[in-house]
Amino acid sequence: MSAVTLEKKSKKGSALAFLGVLAILALVIVLENTLNPNKNIIVFTALKKGAVYALVAASMNLLNGFTGLFSLGQAGFMLLGGYTFAILTIPVAERANVYYIFDGSAINFSLTEAMQNLFGGSGVGGAVGFVIGAIIALICAGLVAAFFAWLIGLPVLKLKSDYLAIATLGFAEIIRAIFQWEALGKITNGANALKNFPTLASFNITNSNGEIVLRLSTFVAFAVAAICIWLMVLLINSSYGRAFKAIREDEVAAEAMGINLAKHKRMSFIISSFFAGIGGALLAMFMNQVQAKTFTSTMTYEILLIVVLGGIGSISGSTIAAFLYMACSEWWLRFLDVPTSFKTAGGYWAFVIILALLAVGITALLVLRRRKAGARKFSEMWSACVLGVVILGYDIYYYVSATAKVPFLNSGFRMVVFSVIIMVVVLFFRKGLFGDKELSDVFRSIGRIKKAAPAKSEGGAAK
Amino acid sequence: MSDVILSIKDLKVSYGGIEAVKGISFDVKQGEIVTLIGANGAGKSSTLRAIAGLVKPSGGSISFEGEDITAADPTEIVKRGVTLVPEGRRIFADLTVLENLKIGAYLRHDDLKDDIEWVYSLFPRLKERSWQPGGTLSGGEQQMLAVARALMSRPKLIMMDEPSLGLAPIIVRGIFDIIREIHRQGVTILLIEQNANMALQTADTGYVLETGRIGLSGTGAELLSNEDVKRAYLGS
Repeated sequence: MSAVTLEKKSKKGSALAFLGVLAILALVIVLENTLNPNKNIIVFTALKKGAVYALVAASMNLLNGFTGLFSLGQAGFMLLGGYTFAILTIPVAERANVYYIFDGSAINFSLTEAMQNLFGGSGVGGAVGFVIGAIIALICAGLVAAFFAWLIGLPVLKLKSDYLAIATLGFAEIIRAIFQWEALGKITNGANALKNFPTLASFNITNSNGEIVLRLSTFVAFAVAAICIWLMVLLINSSYGRAFKAIREDEVAAEAMGINLAKHKRMSFIISSFFAGIGGALLAMFMNQVQAKTFTSTMTYEILLIVVLGGIGSISGSTIAAFLYMACSEWWLRFLDVPTSFKTAGGYWAFVIILALLAVGITALLVLRRRKAGARKFSEMWSACVLGVVILGYDIYYYVSATAKVPFLNSGFRMVVFSVIIMVVVLFFRKGLFGDKELSDVFRSIGRIKKAAPAKSEGGAAK
Repeated sequence: MSDVILSIKDLKVSYGGIEAVKGISFDVKQGEIVTLIGANGAGKSSTLRAIAGLVKPSGGSISFEGEDITAADPTEIVKRGVTLVPEGRRIFADLTVLENLKIGAYLRHDDLKDDIEWVYSLFPRLKERSWQPGGTLSGGEQQMLAVARALMSRPKLIMMDEPSLGLAPIIVRGIFDIIREIHRQGVTILLIEQNANMALQTADTGYVLETGRIGLSGTGAELLSNEDVKRAYLGS
């Protein structure tokens, strides 16, 4: 295979990926405008949050997975981005209301309003101005986060592995404390939330009566995330991306090849923080408000979990894991929080059948393991059946009594099940769902297997 | 063809008070193969690391093509045309062979196609394995990749730190064939070896390092027949 044909193939691949993303964006618009948003509020919450977290997880992966710098400062940079966006875009008329504790804001200027006025106040011009203002504010959010990354990058990036993690975690905590500081209240509103700035819902198109004509709120989250992730993929596939990977693999060899370690590490740190800042702004737009206390280290761990689940060093992995994670925690497992989930006729039978299958499955699995270990007599195997018998017994009791409440189904149980699922995933996929492979690699290897299969059968015939 | 391109004067390298290289001086001429041999801890690797800019020398000077590069950083040194093949191969294990090669040419911004073809013609085995991750190659292939990667920067001087380390004798012979081939194509080579026999047979000039100082020097053939060298390094 010559280099030329492979290049052509990868061009074809990126064109396909581009079309795929466009199709997803179109699907989001269609879904949002056909499904009733009030009835399906959980679905759209999961989708929007998934998009935001996909962006942030990809930015974390750029640093942790591709450059091999273990940083835990993501929440801090998101906070910087979220606050920057809010401070720049709260409408001037709302400022007194938002900052009422501090007698108004020190900044009496709104980027989105200024742009709206520039493009003609209301109507189409106003909308264009609003979008441009929001884009500029998003970029500013990224730039502020990037500036702080540059500032702390100088001393902090000299540290390695866990020490770097602790230093960046400390930075995030300090930033959170500073933004809650009363003395900065005129700008940050102290410990109180900033609100009334443009949110994702502000992008819905309304007619003159204020009725929504076209819903775009989920689309906006997806579009911003898609553009940012696309830029990151471009960076990773460029020669800079190769240098990052070289540093991850072997710092000494990378340096011997002439790669300036300090410069490239700082570059990766700054770019990662830039996108984390945009992600933070997007999260603020999703939550309709921004408050320092939400950007805790727990948030960073959540993102880290997504990165690990998706695969360290795989942007596709981070993106898909973010959506799966949000779908699980916000949507698919919700029924576990409601005691009456299985009270409907269908739910009742589903529960009885699932439990029976679970009992049989567990018993079969345990018995097989014993047999593999060499057990043949019943006296050696009976203990493997105990768990299955107990589950089956409970199932029969539940079936007979019919009114028995399902135990554990209560608010919070969802997170218990979710944790177990995550543990199982990590046990079975040691390197995450994707390892360090991308979606394109998966398709390529499927193509190779398809091609290899007929070749094998020919070989068999020749024999 | 006899102008000096690399000149080392009274080079000293120390690690936190322990002096590993205690003032050595030698020259490498254009188009030569020069070898430094010596036991473990003689200061061979430290010398190469100092030339490559990976450690800062504590004294002395290094000049390349007449210009001082003593305090230059590794990027600057690679740019000038001095590339190190580090000890223990140190290829990028999770990256493909082709990606490894492209990183070798990181500081160049011109078209790499001809160079990739060139190193693939030197190492046909690597061409077959172009899309394989570097870590899946055998030890000999990894050494080839390490040399090929260094060649991608189009060095005037290539420095190799124990290319025969941990390889079977037949593979070592192959590696030395490649070193001669690269030399024929006009690249000056500074070679560090514990395999003194092979190194001295290949080299134009040899230096024997003993605890941070140059003990003996001469042409490869002279050193091969020197009784002291024979006793200490050639096992006869």
